[in-house]
Formats: sequence, structure tokens, C-alpha cells
Amino acid sequence: MSDTITKDASAPAGDNSPKATPAKKEKPERVASLWSDAVRDLRRNPLFIIGGVLVLALIVISIVPGWFTDGSPFANGACDLSHSLERPSAEHWFGYDVQGCDIYTRTVWGARNSIIVGILTTTTVTVVGALLGLWAGWKGGVIDSILSRITEIFFSIPTLLGGMLIMSMLPFAGNAYSVSLVMAVLGWPQIFRIMRASVLSNKNNDYVMAARALGAGAGRITFRHILPNAIAPVIVVAAISLGVFIGAEAALSYLGIGVQPPQISWGLMISDAQVRFLAAPHVLLFPAAVLSVTVLAFIMLGDAVRDALDPKLR
Amino acid sequence: MTTVIEKNQKSGRLEVGTPLLEVKDLHVEFHTRDGVAKAVNGVNYSVAAGETLAVLGESGSGKSVTAQTIMGILDMPPGKISQGQILFRGKDMLAMKEEERRQIRGQKIAMIFQDALSSLNPVMTVGAQLGEMFRVHRGASKKEAREKAIELMERVRIPAARQRVGDYPHQFSGGMRQRIMIAMALSMEPDLIIADEPTTALDVTVQAQVMDLLAELQAEYNMGLILITHDLGVVADVADKIAVMYAGRIVETAPVRDLYANPAHPYTKGLLRSIPRLDQKGQELYAIKGLPPNLLKVPAGCAFNPRCDVATDLCRTEIPALHQVTDKDGKELTGRRSACHLWKETLHG
Repeated sequence: MSDTITKDASAPAGDNSPKATPAKKEKPERVASLWSDAVRDLRRNPLFIIGGVLVLALIVISIVPGWFTDGSPFANGACDLSHSLERPSAEHWFGYDVQGCDIYTRTVWGARNSIIVGILTTTTVTVVGALLGLWAGWKGGVIDSILSRITEIFFSIPTLLGGMLIMSMLPFAGNAYSVSLVMAVLGWPQIFRIMRASVLSNKNNDYVMAARALGAGAGRITFRHILPNAIAPVIVVAAISLGVFIGAEAALSYLGIGVQPPQISWGLMISDAQVRFLAAPHVLLFPAAVLSVTVLAFIMLGDAVRDALDPKLR
Repeated sequence: MTTVIEKNQKSGRLEVGTPLLEVKDLHVEFHTRDGVAKAVNGVNYSVAAGETLAVLGESGSGKSVTAQTIMGILDMPPGKISQGQILFRGKDMLAMKEEERRQIRGQKIAMIFQDALSSLNPVMTVGAQLGEMFRVHRGASKKEAREKAIELMERVRIPAARQRVGDYPHQFSGGMRQRIMIAMALSMEPDLIIADEPTTALDVTVQAQVMDLLAELQAEYNMGLILITHDLGVVADVADKIAVMYAGRIVETAPVRDLYANPAHPYTKGLLRSIPRLDQKGQELYAIKGLPPNLLKVPAGCAFNPRCDVATDLCRTEIPALHQVTDKDGKELTGRRSACHLWKETLHG
């Protein structure tokens, strides 16, 4: 308050350095909104940097796998049964699987399905869940009740069982897109709930009433004023669940209801390798390790985002 | 900075004394689980251009609900307007379609809220929030809106406006934030501003600055101003007339000087007596006994009777009308009314 008085008394024309109390701000030029604070926090967080580099690398690998391997696993003669279950060597870092295919090549080409599923599912779940949550939270009443009951029904479906059931009904089952669709159908209620709760806690704020008093319409109030204030927890959960969805794709493929051969998926590779695990552990361990690192990278990224956006953890 | 004023002078839009807003017999109730709370029970008041009406009352007296009803931002349900008219330049706003009312909000009637920090969106810069008014209502470009925002910030005397336009609300002090709220309310050059306890969250010196600024801008633009407050000190310098509210009714209206000099209602009298005064240093401060009534069960008769020192049996049974107040010779005093059976004794006794 003291700075107000000094400013008013002198009313300086070009004085742009606020004479704030020293305890309140150490750096006067610091711009401190929720988002700019978060970005600043993220840049200094080793968790974010490691996770970010890994994720970036994975995305590049999945877009242009040819940069990282010589041959395509789908090419004629890509697999040679005479190499079946050969151990890792200097030329073939991950060794060969039972069909005599190069595991490194297959792992690199398998990244695409995992990344597609992770990003597609997270995007769908976030957009659908956030929009419905915004609608339910803002409107309240009957719409809120109906949507909330629907999410409860979805919550009661076990993910794997529900996944199997839906997958068996889909006409285009067995690729990354159908897996994404199934997981999005089962995954949006979580985001919906978080968004709805966040909107409810934000919509009674004075700035919403002030915006109404200044003539803002419902659309402007929800999207321009409530959404930016309510979206932070949704972003946090979405970032963390990206890794979880990639793991879930592997699980579905492992069970034989996800991505189908001849497509390549880390879950499928793990599934194929398990029968001969004792004889040839490397066939299972390499794709499993890559899967773990990928999931870890996304969860690290999500954790970093959560730390940056949650003011209570500061 | 000057364009705003020039436009005003050219169009000659507001003549002092043009009637702007008339609230007629307004009744607002809230339907709660415990019953119906009658928050506003037949309020009448009017404001003209260039005039300042102060609405005075304790928490729960219905002053803010009346303001929200005028703005059309009352939450309905639980709120319900059961009766009355709100005429803005002769047109009943309660009969208008929502879209028509939205065009009035912000552009013709603007509102200033009590707590500027929570009334500003925390994730938007003040420049973006000020500029939004021009972008929405005037279709200005981003750049124009920013220039307008800076202009407005200078208008309400925020130092180094150009440098601070990109700052967030929490980076401003309380007084500066309230100035930004005032700037926002002024942005569309409204005919009428409703200020709901604009200085309550500020300390006394800043209060005075903000009130001065408000009064000055009002005079310049010839706006009508409804000043809602519970602070008799804030009102004295700025207001032209005062309406005192109690339990959802207006109990006394008077020109500001008359009310301070000689109140015609025991409640107003009690309020004035409970202001600390320098010449009564060391003496115990007077307080009106009891508590404001529960709006779910307002006392029968005059709502103030259980707390009133002079209440009679009549006060306990019959709701007093808003009597025209006369002087000792029976001459009507302009603008003075009192809802007390005993107004004569209170005023002249």
C-alpha cells in the first residue's frame, strides 16, 4: 500500500520501477503470472529437461524412423530365420528375435504406434473431457446432473474388460487409431471430473461477475475468463496420463486385443518374446526397457508441469 | 486521452439533471432451503445525470442486491424479482430481452466492485482486460485496444501506464487496482456508474484519493453515480442525496446535508451517533443495540422496532409508509422522506 501513496504524491511521469517493499519482491522486473512463472520454473527443472529431451527424441524417431535404422522391418528379406534369437552384437545392438528380425529396427519402428496412441488419446480425452466439464460446471443443474451420471457409468467399467469389449465391436480394430479410440472412450471421465470441479471453484469468483457487469456474454466468460483460470489441473493430469496411455497400449497389444501383426508395437514384441524369455531374455528386455523409458519420460514431464503449475507445491 | 472527453462534448449526450435511472417498487426475494428471504421490499429511488445518490446500509440491508438487480447480474435462481420496474431512460429494463440488457451493461451502466483484486481476472494482464472492452464493444484491433488501455490508465492517473499495461493485477497495489476497475467502468463512457463499496478494501488515505478521482471523473463526464456504502464518512463529501436502507426497505431519503444535520429516522440517528468524533474523545461510543434482522423472519411492523429506543405499539404492528417530511410549520422539505411513525418527534423533538 505504501507504494501507492508515494506514487500518488509524486505522480512521476517516467518512473517505471515500482517502489515495492523489499520483502515482497526481490526482483522488481519479474513478471509473475501463473503461466510465465510456470515456464520459468520448467526451464530450471532437470526433470523437465531430461523428460523433454527424451520425448522430443521419441517424437522424431516416430516421425522419421528411417533416420535411425538402415532398413525397414517390412522390407522383403528384413528377417532371416538363420539369425533366430541371435544375441546382441556390435552390428545388431539389440540382437534378433525368434523370426530372425533385427530387434533394434523393430523397436525403432514400433515407437510410432506408441506415440500415436499416447498423443491421440491424450488430446481426445483432454478436449472432450475439458469441454464437457466446462459445460457441466458452467451450466450446472440438469445438464450437470446428466453428464455427471454418465461419467459415473463410465467410471464403473474396468479399463481392460471395457477395452476388450469395445475393441471386439469396432469394425476397424487392431491399429493404433482404434486403440486410441477405445482408451479415449474409457478415459475422458477423469478429465471431465477435474475440469468440472475446477470450473465450479472458479465460476463464483468476483471477476466472473465483473465480466458480466461489463457486458460480456456467456461464451466470452466461459472461454476467455473461466477456462484459462480452470485449465491448469487438467493440463497436469493430461501430461501425466500420456505416459499411462502408452503403457496401456502395450498392455492391450500384449493381450492380443491392441495393435495386430504385421504392425509393430512394443506390447506385441514383449508378448511374442515372453515364451522364450529364459532362453533368450534380450528379445523381451530391449523393447520392455524402451517402453519403460518412454513412459517414464512422459511421466517426468507431467510431474514437472504439475510442480510448475501447482502453487501449493512451491 | 482527450478523445473520450471531446466525443462527450460534441454529442452533448448528458445534460445535468436528465433522469437516468428510476427504480420503482422493486421487490427481490431469495428462495432458500429455510424459506423465502425478502432481500428487497419495495425500493424506490432515482438518479439523474451528474447526480450522486448514496445508498447507505448495513450488510444484508439489500443495497447490493438492488444494485445487482439493476445490473442484471443477480443469480436467478435463487434470486427472484417478484415485483417492480427499473426504468433506464424511461425504458423498463426488467422487460427487456437478455441481449438488449447485455448491450446496456458496461456500455450504458457500469459497475465498480468492492474487491478489485478478485474482480480482475488473475491470468490476464490489466491491459488485456481494459482493452477487451474496446475489442468486444467497439471492435477495436489488438493494437488500438492496447493504446486505449494505456489512455484509460493515464486517465485514472496510474503512473508509468505504458510500462505497466502488461502487468498482472496482483502486481498493483490496492489503490491502483481500484483505479483500474474505475478505468474499466469508464471505458465505454457509461451514463451511470454503480459503485458497490468501492473503497471498503482500501485504507483511509487511499480511500480519499479514489473517491476524489471518482467524483472528479463523474463531474467531467456528467455521469449519474450510485454509491453503495456502509461508511458515512465516505458519503459526506461526494453524495448529493442519500437513501438509507434497512431490511430491504428505504427508511429515509434526504439531501446529504439535511440528513447529517437533522435525521428524521431513529435508525439514521443511531448511525450518526455511532460515528467516533474528535470532540467526544474518551467517552464510550454509542452503538445501536441488537443485530440486523434475519431476512427469513423480519419483525412485524417496522423492521427496526426491536432495536429502536422510541418504538411504540404502533411500530410493532404496522409497517410505516415513507412519509413526506415537513418542517415545524408544516412546509414540505424537498427530497426528504422518512419511514417512521414517529418522524415528527425524531426530527423536531
